[in-house]
Amino acid sequence: MYKYDVYDHQIVNERVAQYRDQVRRRLSDELTEDEFRPLRLQNGLYMQIHAYMLRIAVPYGMLSSTQMRMFAHIARKYDRGYGHFTTRQNLQFNWIKLEETPDLLADLATVEMHGIQTSGNCIRNITSDEYAGVAADEIIDPRPYAEILRQWSTFHPEFAYLPRKFKIAINGAIEDRAAIAVHDIGLSVIKNEQGEIGFRVLVGGGTARTPIIGSEIRDFLPWQHMLTYIESIMRVYNQYGRRDNMYKSRIKILVKAIGIEEFRRQVEADWADIKDGTGTLTVEELNRVAAYFTAPAYETLPANDPGVASYKTENKAFANWLRRNVKPHKIPGYAVVVLSLKKTGVAPGDASAEQMDVVADMADRFSFGELRATHKQNLVLADVKQSDLISLWKEAAEHGMASPNIGLLTDIICCPGADFCTLAFARSIPLSKMISERFDNIDFQHDIGEIELNMSGCVNACGHNHVGHIGVIGVDKKDGGEWYQVSVGGAQGNDAAIGKIIGPSFNFQQMPEVIDRLLQVYVRERLEEELFIDTVRRIGMAPFKEFVYATPIEAEESVDKSAYGFIDKPDNYTVQRKSRF
Amino acid sequence: MIIKNKAVVSDDWTVLRLSENETPESVTVPAAKVIVPLKVWQAQRAKLQNRTELGVWLASNERPEELKGEVEKFDVIAVDFPKFADGRGYSIAYNLRARLGYVGELRAIGDVLRDQMFYMQRVGFDAFAPRPDKNIHDALKGLTDFSETYQTSLDQKLPLFRRVKRDGIATAG
Ligand code: HEM
Ligand code: SF4
Repeated sequence: MYKYDVYDHQIVNERVAQYRDQVRRRLSDELTEDEFRPLRLQNGLYMQIHAYMLRIAVPYGMLSSTQMRMFAHIARKYDRGYGHFTTRQNLQFNWIKLEETPDLLADLATVEMHGIQTSGNCIRNITSDEYAGVAADEIIDPRPYAEILRQWSTFHPEFAYLPRKFKIAINGAIEDRAAIAVHDIGLSVIKNEQGEIGFRVLVGGGTARTPIIGSEIRDFLPWQHMLTYIESIMRVYNQYGRRDNMYKSRIKILVKAIGIEEFRRQVEADWADIKDGTGTLTVEELNRVAAYFTAPAYETLPANDPGVASYKTENKAFANWLRRNVKPHKIPGYAVVVLSLKKTGVAPGDASAEQMDVVADMADRFSFGELRATHKQNLVLADVKQSDLISLWKEAAEHGMASPNIGLLTDIICCPGADFCTLAFARSIPLSKMISERFDNIDFQHDIGEIELNMSGCVNACGHNHVGHIGVIGVDKKDGGEWYQVSVGGAQGNDAAIGKIIGPSFNFQQMPEVIDRLLQVYVRERLEEELFIDTVRRIGMAPFKEFVYATPIEAEESVDKSAYGFIDKPDNYTVQRKSRF
Repeated sequence: MIIKNKAVVSDDWTVLRLSENETPESVTVPAAKVIVPLKVWQAQRAKLQNRTELGVWLASNERPEELKGEVEKFDVIAVDFPKFADGRGYSIAYNLRARLGYVGELRAIGDVLRDQMFYMQRVGFDAFAPRPDKNIHDALKGLTDFSETYQTSLDQKLPLFRRVKRDGIATAG
């Protein structure tokens, strides 16, 4: 993976110094909170319900074992012993003290990490395919391009105060695992007929209040022009994106308002001036960066390990895990392992300091010291020898990271919701917990098969609800209660689609039964081997809607405490909403 | 006092801002060194163009192309930041310099604060009028927060990868 050179180190260290001084000025009231807010946000620091939250950038999801150990250290030293992996491949700590953040960031800088541009109205952390470099369906490894974009966007002077946040995703495989259609800019690396490398460029996708699939602005952009072309997109957006209404300020609204043809015309007009200029990428730079992403020293191994084959016939739990959590690798004898952070009862994406240390050790022993964070809030060991799978599985299981549920019902994507977030209308973590408990039976989950259940606590849709096969979102009914709207038919990937809302909202206690009824319709209607999403596509939303609303839904009894135990009365729970972060 | 060419210097320009009951056509432009709003320049061009010393300022929602072909008439062009979070001024400055060829003093006015000035200087501003309630000597420090940058902008024609020889993996420790 990429390693900092003296320049990267210097830039990040100078950032820590700059931020340290900003905190000093805030604490001495030289800076007002209004002045300080954007500065802290551009370093990843949010104000939440209980404390500050710090978001750390994991560039395109790649992590070294050293960095993971640093997370464990930070969790212990500055937080309450755990962290949260997000849908944008980042890591968040929830219990941070402002005074300690400069030291925390200085600690992070020693392992080539930071919180730069993980928040605020700037270009955010670039996300990519969690299986980059090892996926069998990969056309081009997107990571060198992602790294080049990371550097280019870091402290870009012209684009630090955009109308709104800006997210770029890049994918290099046949299957889109980076959700490029719902990003402000989505890039897919492709080869044209002449074998030249370039990008298909989508612009103006997004979720939140106005879910929309990105429009193609270029079907083929030669790779040399990546930075200048994006610069022109940014410049048009920076000047013309709306600034009067924060809910209409994303680039998708601009593209929709003037149309993709007009938007393209403006971008091309700006670009004409800088195309082939000094911002054009060079072969030398691409090669320099790409050299960090070459294949590790793989051994020559038999395609299938006999030990694994025999163990799986005698151990059903291991067989289940193999089926769901182990993915094919392009090198014979190797496998990609997904460590589940979705154990029932644990907040999706949470990892304890102890787990972080364990994962770091496993990465060192089994996967060349590297790991990845996924947009589904799990972790990946990308280069595991099949002959190591049994011992790896045992260790992962011992530490609660071997739930065989990857891609299944309880592999829920979930935002922090009202337990932490000041913007929430409802809780999402306790709901995910309640649903996981109801459907904990792994045989049932395997029977239901692949399905994506995504949940957000409010309209901002941090939990990707619009592109969930089943999407759940907390809505405001003005009565202080917790209400959820449910959609079906959303999808990410190559057939990205925005789900359709099935009808009036439900309360917290009704939700498990709602999910159950949706699944009942699927089980009744499915054709052989048909996945939930395909059934929805074939029969439409109507049968689901009809059945869910056919008879009244009893509230479920077994509501226990919040997943963290600091909200103690869920029954008469009212959501605390503060102003903005 | 303003910051110009990385130093605190005295300044005798005044910025003309229209009050609610004034219009670009009717406002009287004082005889002194004045930076007038773009609209005033456009409305009173005939009167103003013979002045030996004149400045103009752009609001964040105005287009620099409106000054196409006449940027050299001004001793100073200013760009107003109504709120520091309104980033349009950065692209306005870039366009004034890179596309309209303006080489004279480019001044940031309005909600100009220390922590934005490093970026402002990169897109072509060489003069800053920090908000009057802030210490100007303190603000000056904002220009030197970083000693290296990755990307091209107005101040730096070459991106880092064309400017220096960066270590590759072979030499990385
Ligand atoms: C806890 C504090 C958080 C706050 C205050 C927050 C706030 C927001 C807001 C306001 C939006 C809507 C943006 C818009 O419409 O322009 C948004 C979108 C989003 N956030 Fe969060 N978020 C938080 C945490 C998270 C977490 C933990 C994740 C990942 C698990 C996440 C991932 C996303 C994603 C994927 C989107 C939608 C994509 C987009 O439109 O940018 N956020 N967030
Ligand atoms: S979706 Fe809403 S509740 Fe959930 S984290 Fe985002 S802003 Fe907070």
